[in-house]
Parts: sequence; C-alpha cells; structure tokens
Amino acid sequence: MTPQTPAGALRVLLVDDHELMRAGVRAGLGEHVDLVGEADDVGPAVELVVERRPDVVLLDVHLPSGSGADVVRLVGDRSPGTRFLALSVSDAPEDVIAVIRAGARGYVTKAISGPDLHDAVVRVAGGDAVFSPRLAGFVLDAYAADPGPSSPPPDQPGLDALSPREREVLRLIARGYTYKEVARELAISVKTVESHVSAVLRKLQLSTRHQLSRWAAERRLA
Amino acid sequence: MAAKTGFDVTSVRVAFALASLASGIGVAAYAVAWLVIPAEGQAQPIGRSALMDKRGLALTGGLLPVLGVLLLLASALGAGWLGAPAWPAAVTSGCLVMIWRNGTGADRDALRRVVQPIAAAANVGAGSRRSLLWRTAAGVVAAVAGVAILASGRHRPIAVPLVGVALVLAALVVLLGPWWLRVARELMVERQARIRAEERAEIAARVHDSVLQTLALIQRSAADPARVAQLARAQERELRAWLFEGRSPGDVRARSATVAGAVAVIQAEVEREHGVVVDTVVVGDAPLTSGLEALMAAAREATVNAARWSGAPSVSLFAEVEPQRVSAFVRDRGCGFDRRAVGADRRGISESIEGRMARCGGRASIRSAPGEGTEVELTVATASRVGDAP
Repeated sequence: MTPQTPAGALRVLLVDDHELMRAGVRAGLGEHVDLVGEADDVGPAVELVVERRPDVVLLDVHLPSGSGADVVRLVGDRSPGTRFLALSVSDAPEDVIAVIRAGARGYVTKAISGPDLHDAVVRVAGGDAVFSPRLAGFVLDAYAADPGPSSPPPDQPGLDALSPREREVLRLIARGYTYKEVARELAISVKTVESHVSAVLRKLQLSTRHQLSRWAAERRLA
Repeated sequence: MAAKTGFDVTSVRVAFALASLASGIGVAAYAVAWLVIPAEGQAQPIGRSALMDKRGLALTGGLLPVLGVLLLLASALGAGWLGAPAWPAAVTSGCLVMIWRNGTGADRDALRRVVQPIAAAANVGAGSRRSLLWRTAAGVVAAVAGVAILASGRHRPIAVPLVGVALVLAALVVLLGPWWLRVARELMVERQARIRAEERAEIAARVHDSVLQTLALIQRSAADPARVAQLARAQERELRAWLFEGRSPGDVRARSATVAGAVAVIQAEVEREHGVVVDTVVVGDAPLTSGLEALMAAAREATVNAARWSGAPSVSLFAEVEPQRVSAFVRDRGCGFDRRAVGADRRGISESIEGRMARCGGRASIRSAPGEGTEVELTVATASRVGDAP
C-alpha cells in the first residue's frame, strides 16, 4: 500500500476484448480512478497508451491479435511512467508468466472484488508488485525446488533461484494471506513484504535461466 | 479382398507387392483374386458378373473380327510390326471396357483417375494453353528421343537404354507432373477441410453440452444471485479445465488421480454443495498414494467445515507437492472458533482431520481464534523412492 498516492488522480487505461468485462471493471473501479480510455486489441492499445500516458494499464492476457505481453513489449519505453497489471480469467500459467516477463507488475484474476482491484491498481502505480495467490502459485511452480543434479551452474545465481524467505512469502500469499497478514505472520513490516515480492518480480523478469523456459515448454507439452 | 480373408488391408497389399517383385506371379494372383472375390457389399465377384454381362461379351466378340480385318489391312500395307503392340492393346481395352461395365463404384473411380489427365489436357483453360503446348512439345520430343534410343540401342552397352528410359520418364513427368501435383494438393486441402469440420463439430457439441446448458440454467434462476454466481463459476472452471488442461468435463476419475485433480474435485463439490467460493492454488503435482488420499480427504473435510461454519464467502485451498512432502492449507477469514468450546461429541476435527492424518503418518495443526478466521495445515511425508537422496 502506498497511501501517499492520491487514489483519485490515478489515470487508468483498460485493455480487454470483452465489452462485458470492461463494463464490470468500469463498475468496480469507475468512481475511484480516472478511466482515460479503453481498447480491445493490441494495436489500438499500444496507440492509446503512447498517446494518453496512463499511470496504470489493466491488461487482458489474451487479445484477439496477440497477447498482453505483446502490448507491453510494443509500448516499450515510449510511455515511461506507465505500469501494467495483468487482469484475466485465463489461467494458462506460461501465458501469465510471459506477461510478467514482458514487464507487467502483477497479475490478478477477474474474480477480484472492486475494492481489491482498486488496491492492486494503487499498489502497481506506486511501483510495487501485485501477486495474487494464483500468480504466487505459478511462480512457486516455475521455480520448483528441483533443478536436478545435472543442471548447469547458472550464469547469475542470484536471479536463478528464490531465497528461502521469498519462497516463504510466496507460499503465504498462495495460501490466501494479504501482504499485511504475511507481514504479521513473519513478524516483518509490510514494506519488507513488498520488497520481497518486488525482488521476486525482478528475478522473473531478468532471469535468463533455462529452468523457466523448460518449465514453460513442459507445461505446453503436458 | 482383405475383408474376405480376414487380414489387414495393408498387409495383404504388401504381401502381394512383395510377391510381384519376386516373380510377377503376385500381380497375376492379385488380378485373379480381384476377379473372383466379391468386393465388400457386392454380391458377386467382378469376374462372374463380367461373364454374365451378355451385351458386353457380344460387343467384345463383335469387335474381334473388326480388329482382325484392321490388322490384316495393316500387314498388307507392309506395317506388320503394328501387330505386336496392337494385340495386347486390343485385349487390354476390351478388358477395361468389361471392367468398366461391371466394376463397383470404387473401381470406376480408379479407372477414371487413370484416364483423367488426358481429359484434363483436353479441356484446359485458354490461359494455360500455351504452357500446355510447350509441355506437350517437350514431352513428345523427350518421349520420341527416348523411344528412338531404346529402339536403336538394343546391342549397345547398358548405359544407352538407361538414358532412353530416363528420357521416357522425363517425358511422363513433364506431361503429367502438373496434374499429379494438383491432385495431391486437392487431396491435402480436402483432408484439412475435413479435420477442421470435425473440430468445429466437437467444439459445438462441447459448447452446447456445457455453456449453453448453463446459460439456460442461469436464465431460469436469474432471481437467485448466489445460485447464478455458483453456476457461472462451476461452468468457468469446467471450461477452463477443458481449454487449458485438456480435461473433459465430468472426467472425474482422471481428475482425481493426482493431487491437483483431487483439489479440483474438492473445489467443485464444495462450491456446488455449500455455495461458497473455493480459491485453489496448486504447486506441483503427484499421483495419489494412500497417504495422499488421506491428506486430500482431510483437506476436503477442512474445506467443508470452513464452508459450513465460518460464514466467510470464500475459502482458500493451497496444496504444494515438494520432493519430500506434500502439504495442504485450508484457510478462511470467517468467525473462527475456540477449540475448547467445541463439544466432545463433535468428531469432525479430531476424527476426520487429525485422526486421519495421524493414521497415515502425517500431521494436522489448526490455528483459529474467535473473529480471526481459521487455518488448517496438513502435511504428509512422501514415501522416499529408491535412488532418492536422503
């Protein structure tokens, strides 16, 4: 939570190809943020983001002519202040991880309540990461503690594994704990929880490890 | 033919092909078999029906004298060499006519396909006529050259006939190649279209069985928001399992064979029976052993308890499979309870959860306080397999 960010000032852009979903999000968020636009596909979304420079883009994982990851990549650094939050019913873990690796700062499911979504938007706008229980589960799965005895030594050891503390935090989030509850459970501050989660996000995005791609490949084969 | 003998079509064909390679007897045997064994769905073998085709026989018989006269004329004109190829040609065309008249639809199709290139050459469009002309010219030149070399090369070294054969083959390819290509392409396109149609039909059936049925149910229970949400969730889960995990709806046995499958079953059942949302997260997966079955049964009991007593609208169920152990956490943010206030006659926790875990060598711990919600933690060690590091 970043209380210093005035909630009313947040400019949010909504990218989803389902009108019904956009209506739902509008209804849940409308009063608390400034909805600056809506797009239903990759091309219009990229144009709108570059043109309107929103604080947060709520991004569907799957779009008609591509993916949310494509939008993040295509915008690139043309809208430096903009942060992306994946919002989807789609659960294919490798697709969700792909959006995160492209640069999105979190993933929440569409079943999320209005206040929780608002909370997540504020958090992402403040530069923090938003891990839903499901995303925490995906990450734990992707970083399963079984690299195998024959795996080559990683180029960047710090990026290629989660620390025990990070694992602990992710596990609690997967169990349904909020950041505040995680902090109380581990007797640390919420800020520390946030920094652990952000570290995990950075590892996900920067890691060149084989394990992630192998995990994704196995998911596709299964 | 294969159906008659009881062997596989392909194996019969391969056997005959091998026999024909060996001596040529195979070809004759295949032809005889084709003549005397009725095709599937045909009452009579083709040979017998040909013999009974009086008109066809008469026609062939009538043609024979005409052919004889023609041959006599030819030899009188000093073209006796015509006789050698003419006889087999005449007999062949006679046979083809008989087969055509008496063959099954499939036989006719086969013949038609053999004849088609000639027909196709005859009615090509104006645009490709020039290229056809060139092709024909090149083909004829190659064929004539090839035949000439073959004819003159009888006493030469072996290389010369080979060149002749190659030229004749080249002529065939030049003349018929485009047509073969087209046929192959058409076959492929047809097969793709068929596959697409089948896929569409399967998806339509699936959508009808699941989504449309659910939408109908939702319309009927529009006045009951809780029921609508429940139906929508159940449908969403089913559809997602089908789209992303390839599981058919209702495939409970396959679903419950692993930890992840068992969690999905718990989620579906509790949501259906108790009308609360169960949020599940599963990390890793493993086939269900007896210990894991006990763990999942205890997790189910804990989930049902949370749904029934906590008053919370949702329950979190988290399961993690690690190399040495499997754990499950069931958590709600409901009213919580004081363990000492639970009557001794209520055996749900002590028997269904704690007792069950103890019997399989696992552990259960319950944390709860009034107003704080409840979390049940269940752990069981996996049986170490041979070769596992201690």
